[in-house]
Amino acid sequence: MAPKLPPQPPLEHSSAATAGGAAAHHAPPRGMLRWLLTTNHKEIGSLYLIFSLIMFFIGGIFALVVRAELFQPGLQLVNPEFFNQMTTMHGLIMVFAAVMPAFTGLANWMIPLQIGAPDMALPRLNNFSFWLLPVAFLLLLSTLLMPGGGPNFGWTFYAPLSTTFAPPSTTFFILSLHIAGISSILGAINIVATILNMRAPGMRMMDMPLFVWTWLITAFLLIAVMPVLAGVITMMLMDINFGTSFFNAAGGGDPVLFQHLFWFFGHPEVYIMILPAFGIVSAIIPTFARKPLFGYASMVYATASIALLSFLVWAHHMFVVGLPLVAELFFMYTTMLIAVPTGVKVFNWITTLFRGSITFEPPMLFALAFVVLFTIGGFSGLMLAIAPADFQYHDTYFVVAHFHYVLVPGAVFAIMAGVYYWLPKWTGHYPNVRLSQWHFWLSVIGVNLTFFPMHFSGLAGMPRRIPDYALQFADFNLVSSLGAFMFGASQLVFVAVVILCVRGGEKAPAKAWEGAEDLEWSVPSPAPLHTFETPPTFSPHVH
Amino acid sequence: MSHEDHDARSRNPGVRRTVVRSVAALIGMFAFAFALVPLYDVFCRVTGINGKVDNTAQAVVHEGVDDSRYVTVQFITRGSSGLPWRMEVETRQVRVHPGQTSEVNFTFRNQSAEANWGRAVPSVSPSRASRHLRKVSCFCFDEQYLEAGERLELPLVFQLARDLPPDVNTVTLVYTLYPVTDARAPLRAQVTAGKGDEA
Amino acid sequence: MRTLLVWVAGCWTLAGLSPLALANGWNMPVGVTDLSREIYSLHMTIFWICVAIGVVVFGVMFYSLFRFRRSRGAKADNFHENTTVEVLWTAIPLLILVGMAVPATATLVKMYDASDAELDVMITGQQWRWRYEYLGEDVAFTSNMSTPRAQIRGEEARGEHYLLEVDEPLVLPTNRKVRFLMTADDVIHSWWVPDLAVKQDTIPGFINENWVNIDEPGIYRGQCAELCGMDHGFMPIVVHAMEGEEFDEWLAERKEAAAEEALGVDRDWELDELMERGEAVYGSICASCHQAEGQGAPPAFPSLAGNERLIEDVEWHVQTIVNGVSGTAMPAFRSTLNPVEIAAVATFTRNAWGNDTGDAVQPSEIAEQLAQ
Repeated sequence: MAPKLPPQPPLEHSSAATAGGAAAHHAPPRGMLRWLLTTNHKEIGSLYLIFSLIMFFIGGIFALVVRAELFQPGLQLVNPEFFNQMTTMHGLIMVFAAVMPAFTGLANWMIPLQIGAPDMALPRLNNFSFWLLPVAFLLLLSTLLMPGGGPNFGWTFYAPLSTTFAPPSTTFFILSLHIAGISSILGAINIVATILNMRAPGMRMMDMPLFVWTWLITAFLLIAVMPVLAGVITMMLMDINFGTSFFNAAGGGDPVLFQHLFWFFGHPEVYIMILPAFGIVSAIIPTFARKPLFGYASMVYATASIALLSFLVWAHHMFVVGLPLVAELFFMYTTMLIAVPTGVKVFNWITTLFRGSITFEPPMLFALAFVVLFTIGGFSGLMLAIAPADFQYHDTYFVVAHFHYVLVPGAVFAIMAGVYYWLPKWTGHYPNVRLSQWHFWLSVIGVNLTFFPMHFSGLAGMPRRIPDYALQFADFNLVSSLGAFMFGASQLVFVAVVILCVRGGEKAPAKAWEGAEDLEWSVPSPAPLHTFETPPTFSPHVH
Repeated sequence: MSHEDHDARSRNPGVRRTVVRSVAALIGMFAFAFALVPLYDVFCRVTGINGKVDNTAQAVVHEGVDDSRYVTVQFITRGSSGLPWRMEVETRQVRVHPGQTSEVNFTFRNQSAEANWGRAVPSVSPSRASRHLRKVSCFCFDEQYLEAGERLELPLVFQLARDLPPDVNTVTLVYTLYPVTDARAPLRAQVTAGKGDEA
Repeated sequence: MRTLLVWVAGCWTLAGLSPLALANGWNMPVGVTDLSREIYSLHMTIFWICVAIGVVVFGVMFYSLFRFRRSRGAKADNFHENTTVEVLWTAIPLLILVGMAVPATATLVKMYDASDAELDVMITGQQWRWRYEYLGEDVAFTSNMSTPRAQIRGEEARGEHYLLEVDEPLVLPTNRKVRFLMTADDVIHSWWVPDLAVKQDTIPGFINENWVNIDEPGIYRGQCAELCGMDHGFMPIVVHAMEGEEFDEWLAERKEAAAEEALGVDRDWELDELMERGEAVYGSICASCHQAEGQGAPPAFPSLAGNERLIEDVEWHVQTIVNGVSGTAMPAFRSTLNPVEIAAVATFTRNAWGNDTGDAVQPSEIAEQLAQ
């Protein structure tokens, strides 16, 4: 893991891999069975991406139920109980079933291609980690139909609302999170093993594309914190079913302990959802500015420092639970500190643009929107870090605006940018430019209409997670709801672009974008099922 | 691992090493999550976060009484659902000097026709005062058992340490009565019988 | 030159938009305490710092996007490192942050100093209402949302303070330091009034502290800020701040009223009387879970209409109201309702919606039980 490794000896297993794989791809199983049993990183990558797109729509529909109810004051469509289930499921599905699997899908597809490996290090494990996901989330979705309804305590499931006062389906919710967690952990181990051991001869750590770097760091975060989540939900399970009192004051436990444990997982989790996005944007901006990424090394160090700091800031989610003064100060300072490496990243991207030769292909549009809108989310994050002011912001729509700015035009836009960027490599066709542009502009306008007014409603005093609100918040909510439906509808355009691109379109050459430098552009488009069966010769370019 | 994956690539010793290390880290982090529970408890008692206080008796420290300042100590008793008890304190507040040992009596009454177990859970505010509060004897150290209609008077003997921060001049002690639920009853029986093998 | 133009244009746009953003109802309230004003000024300072950084960063970005387009014939440079610049843009933000941390620390230290309060109020969060106790004054009451459900369902026109109105506001004196002790009976709630800049979680089994010193009489409204279950959106907070003398009078009146109510315990109540009183109590306390027609919302909230156990077993029924049910949303009302209210609501639920038991539970019986 040292940044300066000597060139690695040639990968001795590569010929064995070809031989071992040969038997497998002479008689591939057909139809459904082929997808069920595939161990090919590209097919598993596609499965992850398709799964996450479906879940993105399901989570999106839940969000639209919420926004439809909030369209105007009063209760029109759903009762408060179901409303709470919708907000909870929206959060859970988007975090664990849409954003995380989408990044894992991109990692599956691109990491072997970017480091010149024939496949992931553990292909069968890879298949297993994917197929755990549909099981986990079918189970989670089925809780909505159970007596007493699904989880209704928010995606942060604070005890004792999620233990003593939870609906009977909570045990299934815990089980499904366990399965999803195992899936993430196995995926992370696989990614670490691939990156550390399967790079093309001559590729040192500091030669790796940033997407690989950010995913390596993300995978370490996953390995470190997913077991903590598993621990927390196991404690919940025991509190609910076995009479323990980890989080129950009546038995000598402490509800605040739940929050410490949850956010010890939860804050690194937030970065798990954004670090790979940094990697994607760091690939796209240099490509379309036709200029090497500015400050490659500082990008790597900034990513690593953000990851390390993420273990020291968790209690900024808990400024109003009654922490002692010293703790408030400590977590305020560490949180403010995160702005520094994050700022470095934004400055690097902008300096990469400076004196480049810029064009605005669809991936670039999304990457640029990412930089602007993620930075706005960063600004509100900086405001939230100021503990005394957070006493006013905490648990209001200001917070909702903040984390949606970093997650929707942040993580989700980066995923879409990545999809537009690599679609030519996956399908051999360019995505339809006109439709992509429609998708982009509708999404950008929709996202801002939805989330920008939330800053105002939050500051004006609207708490989050309420099914009905006082009349002074009506205008903001009306705009937000209209924006949300617009954003939701515009994602149908995205699906159309992807389907059209799979079926045809302008043919893409191996190097689909003229400014693209990384190894994936040296294999044909569409990438054949098996690539780099003999390791490529890698010559480090300027970093 | 090998049964999951017979592919030649996974026989790469590097992959094997990475997997072994990751799995070790995983197990370590899972154990760490559970270790955090007692660690947090200790941390809270040492630093006084959350107003947690030691739930075992402490010895009186003879450090001399600081006559120069008075501290008001308030007592609040609260009930909770499911326990038909009434808990009262003989006085709402006392004024004490740091270093002085004081005793206050609390009355517990079971107003129902059944015997039950209950527990008074303590909390101290401001939380930073809690590590300067020494409880010499407290009903909150143990679970209480009251027969139907029984009335029980129990003392709280406490001392505020002389190093109580100078800006703390009111300390509030809150006791919330909770029922000891049936789910815990067998556990407790085992503990009292001295054979907690299954727990 | 062009850079300058872009910046100037950017600044003017922002300056043009800012009055809009700062207008009433779009921004954090300045509030009516010293601390709320300090917090407001911290908020505005950090906001303007962000705006300034934003103008610079986005200025450079959009300038680059405009100036270095390939369609305008831009040729790409090849530079990719510059240690001086990189050190600078690490150091400058760090300095800005230190500058911001200093006033924030000072404010935080003040917020944590709850000493020397003249009045202690205990605030208890309960699914889904607030309970206020003036410690040492024998005055305590619960505060429920008073917006009629019909307004929520849209069957009636919504009032000016829709969802932000209560039956009994928390009354506080101005220019006196009031200390809040905060806790909860069931799940975590959060007591928040923006104008007072107080937001504090109330945690079952634990006590939190906060304080306020209001300097303007008035009515200030807020809401529960921590998801606490079904009716989280319907547990507003109203604080009525009045001058010290007026407050003292109010407190004395409340004490008298409580004493008068206590007298009512001893006499025999008519069934009709109890029903009338009970219906009011039911409407404000019970209906949110057990619903207006007593149909409940099983499995979480059992139905009362036609509930066999309730109809057959008066003693169990009264015990459940008095002691609550552990581990559910049913609280113990032994100390939050007085004997008259408990008797009235028991009588009401035993006779409403076809339960028709004809029982009249007398306040004196309840009082006797509680005094055992």
